[in-house]
Amino acid sequence: MTALTAPLAAIGRPVIATLALIGRLVLFALEGVSHLFRPPFYFREFGQALWQIGWLSLPVVGLTAFFTGGALALQIYAGGARFSAEAVVPSIVAIGMARELGPVLGGLMVAARVASSIAAEIGTMKVTEQIDALTTLSTNPMKYLTLPRLLAATLAVPILVAVGDSIGIAGGWIVGVSRLDFNAATYLKNTVDFLEFWDIASGLLKGAAFGFIVALAGCFYGMQSDRGAQGVGRATKSAVVAASVMILAANYLLTELFFSS
Amino acid sequence: MITLENIHKSFGAQHVLRGVTLEVPKGTSMVVIGGSGTGKSVLLKCILGLVSPDSGTIRVAGEDVTRSDRDAFLARFGMLFQGGALFDSLPVWQNVAFRLMRGSLKRPKAEAREIAVAKLRRVGLGPDVADKLPAELSGGMQKRVGLARAIAAEPEIIFFDEPTTGLDPIMAGVINDLIREIVTEMGATAVTITHDMSSVRAIADNVAMLHDGVIKWTGPVEKMDDSGDAYVDQFIHGRADGPIAAIR
Ligand SMILES: Nc1ncnc2c1ncn2[C@@H]1O[C@H](COP(=O)(O)OP(=O)(O)OP(=O)(O)O)[C@@H](O)[C@H]1O
Ligand SMILES: [Mg+2]
Repeated sequence: MTALTAPLAAIGRPVIATLALIGRLVLFALEGVSHLFRPPFYFREFGQALWQIGWLSLPVVGLTAFFTGGALALQIYAGGARFSAEAVVPSIVAIGMARELGPVLGGLMVAARVASSIAAEIGTMKVTEQIDALTTLSTNPMKYLTLPRLLAATLAVPILVAVGDSIGIAGGWIVGVSRLDFNAATYLKNTVDFLEFWDIASGLLKGAAFGFIVALAGCFYGMQSDRGAQGVGRATKSAVVAASVMILAANYLLTELFFSS
Repeated sequence: MITLENIHKSFGAQHVLRGVTLEVPKGTSMVVIGGSGTGKSVLLKCILGLVSPDSGTIRVAGEDVTRSDRDAFLARFGMLFQGGALFDSLPVWQNVAFRLMRGSLKRPKAEAREIAVAKLRRVGLGPDVADKLPAELSGGMQKRVGLARAIAAEPEIIFFDEPTTGLDPIMAGVINDLIREIVTEMGATAVTITHDMSSVRAIADNVAMLHDGVIKWTGPVEKMDDSGDAYVDQFIHGRADGPIAAIR
């Protein structure tokens, strides 16, 4: 009997554990967001989170977008040449960046940079009893630590995506003009003519969702951190992995939602 | 003032508190002694609601702590954590004045800073440390900043988890006097955990000894030396042989 059920148990246990984890994550998110509607609001912490998450992520998001835009132009040119469609390079680069690569790569870079630092910071606060200390000083840790980060990331990442889109398109343009013999003005005109409002807006909405996911994973795993340096290390790793996977899953779901008709 | 009745708490298979019953009268100073790892810190955290007991009731001023309004409840408390638990992103004075800069006790920044500097002086720290970050201080200095933070808002009930460990004998004396003063002059109720027997004698009105998850003995500090309890005797004299095993 046990020989028969053992494989089932081996499958069932991680499934149940994953469902339980999702449940806790959702409850955590709801609790975090609920503090938005209950004063006080910690403006200073919010400002600092905006600076940390938004401004300081600009270089890494910008560089990622620049090189991706350039590579994309080369690839589409090579692919398009097979059926004499090299002229689509400007519009495909723009659409590809705005709809997909800008938000996804931007989100993943922010996950690597921000989810880890949030988890490490909050995890360290947890294991050194700073979270307990906050509570005894009549300050709710969810309100003081989690909400400002959730909000800041949700607002900052779309802006990062917008900047990334522009830099990525610029990267494609530079490669197109310097390496692929496109006319500079025609390239720009094609980019602008074929890009629709929804291409950009959908990417920014994705960015907002990814930002929320990044801060959520960072705060959640930080707050859950086990005792000791190992606990913080594990929390950091889990936060980055969970944020990345959730970003990719959410990206698929949002793409279905936005573009399948 | 604070009454604990039959408190139990386990972490996994480890049964740390096994029916703690204790009473701390208002305006008195209780010192909890007991071996390392017996659950003294856990006991304080249970009262504050940072750790929820598996069973038993805790009352503060007759009110069950699980039913009272959390914010109002915590506003009456000050706590010095064993490890200091200073916020390392904030300068020292903002740590001390944390409660005075937000929430119901909020006051202007300059005033909060003034109070912080005054409290730092009371724990033997000069105004020059006010603008440093906690990481720039020594362990003993961090402990004292934690102490200043605990007393900053002049709470009615104060918990000190090992206030004098890591301090030199003179500074330990200063801190002992300070705790005594807070109880006698401000009328606060204090619960202190310490391993330092000279501290016990300086601070305590009453002493309780925690061992094997229960309060083995409790009574006025004057009775501690002739308690007739073999556990207390071994502990206060620091003897290696006796009913308390050296390996725990
Ligand atoms: N959050 C926790 N999770 C798991 N175990 C814990 C937790 N907190 C405390 N413990 C365990 O409970 C026991 C009592 O811990 P506690 O910190 O209360 O000891 P203590 O009496 O304060 O000791 P010390 O004098 O060394 O500070 C320890 O064995 C510790 O491992
Ligand atoms: Mg302790």
